Amino acid sequence: MAKRSARPFSVTDLPGFATIAIMAFVALYVPILTLVAYSFNGATSVAVWGGFSLQWYVAAWDNTVVQAAAMRSLGIAACASVLATTVATMAALGTTRTAPFRGQTAIYVAINQPLMVPEIVTAVALLIFFAAIKVATGYTGLAYLVMAHTAFCIPFAYLPIRARLEGMDLSLETAAADLYASRWRTFRYVTLPLLAPGIAAGAMLAFVISLDDVVITEFVKSAGQDTLPTYMLGQMRRAITPETNAISTALLALTVLLLTAFFLLTRKRD
Amino acid sequence: MTKTAEQQQRAATTRRNWALSAPALLVLALFASGPLLIVLVYSFLRPGSYSGVEWEFSTEAWQGIFLTRDIFDGTLGWADAHLSIFWRSVKLSLTTTILTFAFGFPTAWFIATRPARARAFWLFLITIPFWTNLLIRTFAINEVIRNEGLMNTVLIKLGVIAEPIRVIYTDTAVLIGMTYVYLPLMVLPLFAAIDRFDMKLLEAGYDLYASRWQVLRRVVLPIVKPGIVAGSILVFVPSLGAYVTPRVLGGGKNMMIGNFIELQFGQGRNWPLGSALAMLLLLIVMVALLVYVRAATKGAPQGGH
Repeated sequence: MAKRSARPFSVTDLPGFATIAIMAFVALYVPILTLVAYSFNGATSVAVWGGFSLQWYVAAWDNTVVQAAAMRSLGIAACASVLATTVATMAALGTTRTAPFRGQTAIYVAINQPLMVPEIVTAVALLIFFAAIKVATGYTGLAYLVMAHTAFCIPFAYLPIRARLEGMDLSLETAAADLYASRWRTFRYVTLPLLAPGIAAGAMLAFVISLDDVVITEFVKSAGQDTLPTYMLGQMRRAITPETNAISTALLALTVLLLTAFFLLTRKRD
Repeated sequence: MTKTAEQQQRAATTRRNWALSAPALLVLALFASGPLLIVLVYSFLRPGSYSGVEWEFSTEAWQGIFLTRDIFDGTLGWADAHLSIFWRSVKLSLTTTILTFAFGFPTAWFIATRPARARAFWLFLITIPFWTNLLIRTFAINEVIRNEGLMNTVLIKLGVIAEPIRVIYTDTAVLIGMTYVYLPLMVLPLFAAIDRFDMKLLEAGYDLYASRWQVLRRVVLPIVKPGIVAGSILVFVPSLGAYVTPRVLGGGKNMMIGNFIELQFGQGRNWPLGSALAMLLLLIVMVALLVYVRAATKGAPQGGH
């Protein structure tokens, strides 16, 4: 009997591709895992391994500057994601499931504009704009950061909401209207509950995007308004401390958590 | 002229849709699009003596991007320092795009050819770095390539090298960093394109005695071209405007356009030059996006074979 090769010829296999792919996955995860591992390092130097320890998490937790930056990050992300999701939901309702109307493409382009302009350009633009407002009004609070974040979060909130809306047909709303429900009651009791997972997904995405922002925040913030990412960037100028690794790992964990929730919310049910 | 009921209905729909979109558009106009116009205006003004601008029309900033006036005899010459930053940014961004494609295409192909369940798993593995903070990923690659980092520690322990390889704060470090942080941006659109590719076409190719290389080059690549263009744009655009990665891994000396723009608003105190640079960057990105739109619309009917 002729000896057959162990694996049948597969049309989709291309030589070397699987090897490169596995290498790419290893290359993607080794640095992240190294960062996580170093955050549990018991040694004071970043060069040697001193056993498992939570000391850097304790140090970060007790650091009042880190506490303030974390609270600021979360506060800005919460405000910006609520605002961005609210206006994005309205815009999504106005631009989906409707007969084509004048200006529809223009609205679509305008909403996605933050995705197309390099962050550094927007950052510089807001720096100039806000500098003028600061001189004119004397106000230097956090509202600048909240509004800047709201603006660039809008497309991220809009996209999942729009996707959800496009998958909903109008028959239920029509049925509600046939039963003499007012427009508001139809929206409140039919559209909104059906749309809720999309809105939650959009809000989560906006929250993550706001939480992660470095460049725009770095340019817009006034003195003493560091968020966690800009605080960490500032730390990089001096020596890298394992404390930064601990904060990074905590943020990483939060991102993975929110993303998992996002996937569960948006996955298609078979 | 009297309007028909249908026309009135249509006008009402348009009004309602615009009203619903208005709050989002207002926020974007005030805090995203509108300020870009201010930058455009500033790029045609003179720098103020301390910072800010003098309200006087001038094309000096735009000239200053490419030309510099000799401080001794006042003659104009090429601004070599600026041009080298531009050249470095373009070179690094193009190389990053090529490298991410070289690693990204096999990776996307690998994911797309797994069975459904495994595919979701591999895809999730790409999505996590995709959404992880860019700064954190830059820190992570820094942990590997810095002088006392993982790479050097392991290589010295293994006896491969005696002295650490000093790669941090070089162009190579920035290149490694950008390839690392932007790889997921290449893989995801490539995956989307390959996922739609009809694998039966491969069989047809092999039946016609094409080699694997021929099938890849003559059948697969032309059909997934929109995905390749999308991935390349998604990597090239943020690479060109990169700020965080060159700052952390390039260590101040190896600037890219983004860091150079920041410098004009910080120590450089030349807001008009910074504004002109920002507008030029925006212009390059817009051209790249137009190329993308044209390639994508041209490629669309091809995908339907």
